[in-house]
Amino acid sequence: MLVSMNWLKQYVDLDSYSANELADLITKGGIEVETVEQLNKGISGVVIGHVLECQQHPDADKLNICKVEIGEEEPVQIICGAPNIARGQYVAVAKVGAVLPGNFKIKKAKLRGEASHGMICSLQELGIESKLVAKEYADGIFVFSENVTPGEDALEYLNLHDEVLELGLTPNRADAMNMIGVAYEVGAVLNRSIDLPSPELVRSDEDVEDYVSVRVENEEDNPYYGATVIKDVTIKPSPQWLVNRLVSAGIRPINNVVDITNYVLLEYGQPLHAFDYDRFGSKEVVIRRATDGEKMITLDDVERTLSSEHLVITNGSKPVAVAGVMGGADSEVKEDTKTILLEAAYFNSKLVRKASKDLGLRSDSSARFEKGIDRNRVVGASERAAQLIQEIAGGTVLKGIAEQGARTIEALDVSIEVNRINQVLGTEITETEVAAIFERLQFSYQNFGGTFTVQVPPRRPDITISEDLIEEVGRLYGYDNVPATLPMTESTPGQLSEYQVKRRHLRRTLEGAGLYQTVTYSLTSPSKRLFFSDESVEAVRLAMPMSEERSELRTSLIPHLLEVAQYNRNRQLENIAFYETASVFLPGDELPIEQEHLAGVVSGLWQEHLWQKEKKAADFFVVKGILEELAVEFGVEDRLTFARAEEPKLHPGRTAAVYLDEELIGYIGQLHPEVEKELDLSETYVFEINLEKLLQADVAHLKYKKLPRFPSVTRDVALVVNESLEAGEVKRVIKEAGGSKLVEIQLFDVYQGEHLDEGQKSLAFSLRYYNPEQTLTEEEVKKAHDRVLKAVEEQFGAALRQ
Amino acid sequence: MQERLQALKEEALSEIQQASSMKEVQDIKVKFLGKKGPITEISKGMGKLSKEERPKMGQLVNEIRNAISDQLEEKIARLEKAAVEERLKKETIDVSLPGRPVKRGNHHPLTRVIEEIEDLFLGMGFSIAEGPEVETDYYNFEALNLPKDHPARDMQDSFYITEETLLRTHTSPMQARTMEKLNGEGPVKIIVPGKVYRRDTDDATHSHQFMQIEGLMVGENVRMSDLKGVLQSFAKKMFGEEREIRLRPSFFPFTEPSVEMDISCFNCGGDGCSVCKGTGWIEILGGGMVHPNVLRMSGFDPEKVTGFAFGMGPERIAMLKYGIDDIRHFYTNDSRFIKQFNSL
Ligand SMILES: [Zn+2]
Repeated sequence: MLVSMNWLKQYVDLDSYSANELADLITKGGIEVETVEQLNKGISGVVIGHVLECQQHPDADKLNICKVEIGEEEPVQIICGAPNIARGQYVAVAKVGAVLPGNFKIKKAKLRGEASHGMICSLQELGIESKLVAKEYADGIFVFSENVTPGEDALEYLNLHDEVLELGLTPNRADAMNMIGVAYEVGAVLNRSIDLPSPELVRSDEDVEDYVSVRVENEEDNPYYGATVIKDVTIKPSPQWLVNRLVSAGIRPINNVVDITNYVLLEYGQPLHAFDYDRFGSKEVVIRRATDGEKMITLDDVERTLSSEHLVITNGSKPVAVAGVMGGADSEVKEDTKTILLEAAYFNSKLVRKASKDLGLRSDSSARFEKGIDRNRVVGASERAAQLIQEIAGGTVLKGIAEQGARTIEALDVSIEVNRINQVLGTEITETEVAAIFERLQFSYQNFGGTFTVQVPPRRPDITISEDLIEEVGRLYGYDNVPATLPMTESTPGQLSEYQVKRRHLRRTLEGAGLYQTVTYSLTSPSKRLFFSDESVEAVRLAMPMSEERSELRTSLIPHLLEVAQYNRNRQLENIAFYETASVFLPGDELPIEQEHLAGVVSGLWQEHLWQKEKKAADFFVVKGILEELAVEFGVEDRLTFARAEEPKLHPGRTAAVYLDEELIGYIGQLHPEVEKELDLSETYVFEINLEKLLQADVAHLKYKKLPRFPSVTRDVALVVNESLEAGEVKRVIKEAGGSKLVEIQLFDVYQGEHLDEGQKSLAFSLRYYNPEQTLTEEEVKKAHDRVLKAVEEQFGAALRQ
Repeated sequence: MQERLQALKEEALSEIQQASSMKEVQDIKVKFLGKKGPITEISKGMGKLSKEERPKMGQLVNEIRNAISDQLEEKIARLEKAAVEERLKKETIDVSLPGRPVKRGNHHPLTRVIEEIEDLFLGMGFSIAEGPEVETDYYNFEALNLPKDHPARDMQDSFYITEETLLRTHTSPMQARTMEKLNGEGPVKIIVPGKVYRRDTDDATHSHQFMQIEGLMVGENVRMSDLKGVLQSFAKKMFGEEREIRLRPSFFPFTEPSVEMDISCFNCGGDGCSVCKGTGWIEILGGGMVHPNVLRMSGFDPEKVTGFAFGMGPERIAMLKYGIDDIRHFYTNDSRFIKQFNSL
């Protein structure tokens, strides 16, 4: 809502307040003033000029040489290229030395040999937006249509010294979508009285009933409909004051009758529609639901298909308007219109909303109907419009209104106790102060011992319960005056859940290990999903995505992490180590199943300390080590295992499935080289696990283990085995065979090559034996160690390497 | 004999002085003090001396032996010290060379801000509730006093999955979910951080996905002044002790009265600058007193309890706090961006 200061001054005394001061006060009162705009964008030196002579330039077809009187001793010569310039016109002249928007300075000039002392201006050149310029001046200079005096300030006539406040209205404050509503608000904020228009209408003796009747089929759809008929109007451009009002509110002037309906819309908040009576097609207005598939052509010359969920105004046989949304082309007011049928109605807001949404038509009218208009202002608005039409378009208003439905409704009674107000706000506002606030709002009330019963006027449909009154009192009392206190409720321990604690530890561990945290989008595309999984993985899809790129919820975190890897690589940031914890979404019953996952991507150099010749590329075991560390941290060191596996987009020889006990909870591996090539990534490792499984694993509390009291004995052993045999398998067999005295098995060398046969490798383990009861004897160690050697020999044919 | 001894002493001391290696020192020791050395020889020949002379000469021999011996030890010590010094000199390093980098990542800036806010409210006795990112229309809207066809639903154009489910547009659904579980028994003190989604085209100030932290406190005698007090300590801890807050009336369907909270500009202190767009104040969050319909629908009696709720955007807070100019940075994950958040 754009509010002109000059317009607002018609209703409230604003002396002593600048636009900015007023804006601050209105904002503090609860309606945010988003901007304060000076319509005069730094313009100076523009006066009214009278074109005394106008001749074509001898050397330029499109230029005219004008003699213009600008209130100085001598008329000045100005060269003007506007197509609509003519002798006798009163125009806006930017004199030599004038400044136009954008700090454009007017200087003496010579155009094709002729001197020009100034510029005759179009409205656009004076800073008015093209969309607000009336059609007749759209492509040329502006011409004053009224008596004006050369030399006077042209900006004053064009209202360009005005300032405009832009209100950012929340949906509950539709009451301030009109000047009267703003006047009530400003009156309450400033604690000043307001002066509202009271139209005085002279009606003819002719009865409206002889011209038209109104029938509403269902008063729930349309609680009130009134039609006024005005005869003998002359359609022409509006007077300047009316044009100025509309332009300040951001509405383009069309012609006097249309402009008046718009003006009243802005002033009263009541949408009106003017039909050409002679083109209406009958003497009967019938308001009904459209039939399914019924068609009509709207003002914008588009054929609309309607349904039974839409309310239409008809002439008894066919629709002439979509109620509250847009009129029809057939009955539009045109230049030759003589008689006006003026509609002022109250339509069901839901029906207007539905039609405007279905037809994709949002207008100043529909927006107001949707948000709720003042039921008791409908008739006043139609009288205001009729009075202005009479004044400006010269018509005769017929006696009476053809109508159906009640003109007004009762105010709503809402009660509130002063105690309750103070209890909710934490204040000590007195009864007298509360009463004064309701008076400022112009709400009538009764007060019985601190219980106020307020008659809420229909102009404030947002107030329906006592809490709404608390807000009214609070906002005008001022939230600055509400103290800051500490809650008196019983104290509660603020603590993280076990899961939240663990997740925080997890992040710190991953970061301590060298990974950086990322946050990526949940919405992704089917192609990203299928790039990294097979068709068996189904996703949850949006009903109406904004783009295919963000059309479904992700089932894996990896694709977006790879996108991050690509993004960084494209910026020469090749050494990357990222992780993310976030939900993935799988189809579920009522709601999708959300699982929190942990995923990571690592590529490039892992360690880099060049002057000491240290350079370690990321590899499978870097990533595996991180997961193993997590297993230690969350107490599942012995339960988290890795097994060779195959995943569609991973390297077939460098991929492992991750198990917690017997359950598969994720995987780890190198991207398939073909995938790396496709994404233009170098060797890249990824992992993804179901984080909930890891963090919710049932683990015993941490317990202290006794420190060793006796020495342990270490035996190293190098085994030559088939190269395809996995070290993990050998370790498992060693562990089994070693018995309870074998407490640690460490792999310290893997060797292949010289001194070994083709297809063989050597695995060297360091085995540590320990007896917690007493010092181990050589005998005990030998027994256990022999069992180990025998087992590996039997199971793998492993020979001791000398 | 005496002269001989003195001459030996001079000779030994001079050789010791000239010795430059441990080996030479050892040789000198053997040469002068060894079993076959001259001093031993002299001691052996002392039997020929008179009774009077013998002790005198014995004493002199001892003195000279000790003198040489002392000088030898001193020399050894000096040579050892020189050797150590030589070694240390060789071991000297260039301390200006860079240290071996410690591998360490860090939080995403949003996590950093969220954890800071979480800790702040944990300290005030709030706990942290988390809920589903895909919500039912009921919890996302209806239970928050936003029935179907409510015009305010336009404020948060949303991503629907079916007619009844959507990506949550705020973390407020956890208000109802948490309260429902408590069967009308307060107090409720939670904050709800999490991802939310709205139909916005991504640009420097809009993101279709962003974070939100919702706060809720319900109990007997919870007042708007308490909201002001809690938010004041939040603002001071987050943006500095000197920060003032102001509440402005606003509108949210789930609170009544509703407010927006501004803090005094931390950049200019309130005089007006580009950060606060000349107003001296920066809008931080919205909140208000929980609407009685919301309490009622979640099983609480609005006659008995009252509550406040608020919601804030970690992106906005991070952008203000760190001077970040584009919301898309949070989701692009440029490592040069993320790595800037590695210090306290
Ligand atoms: Zn500032």
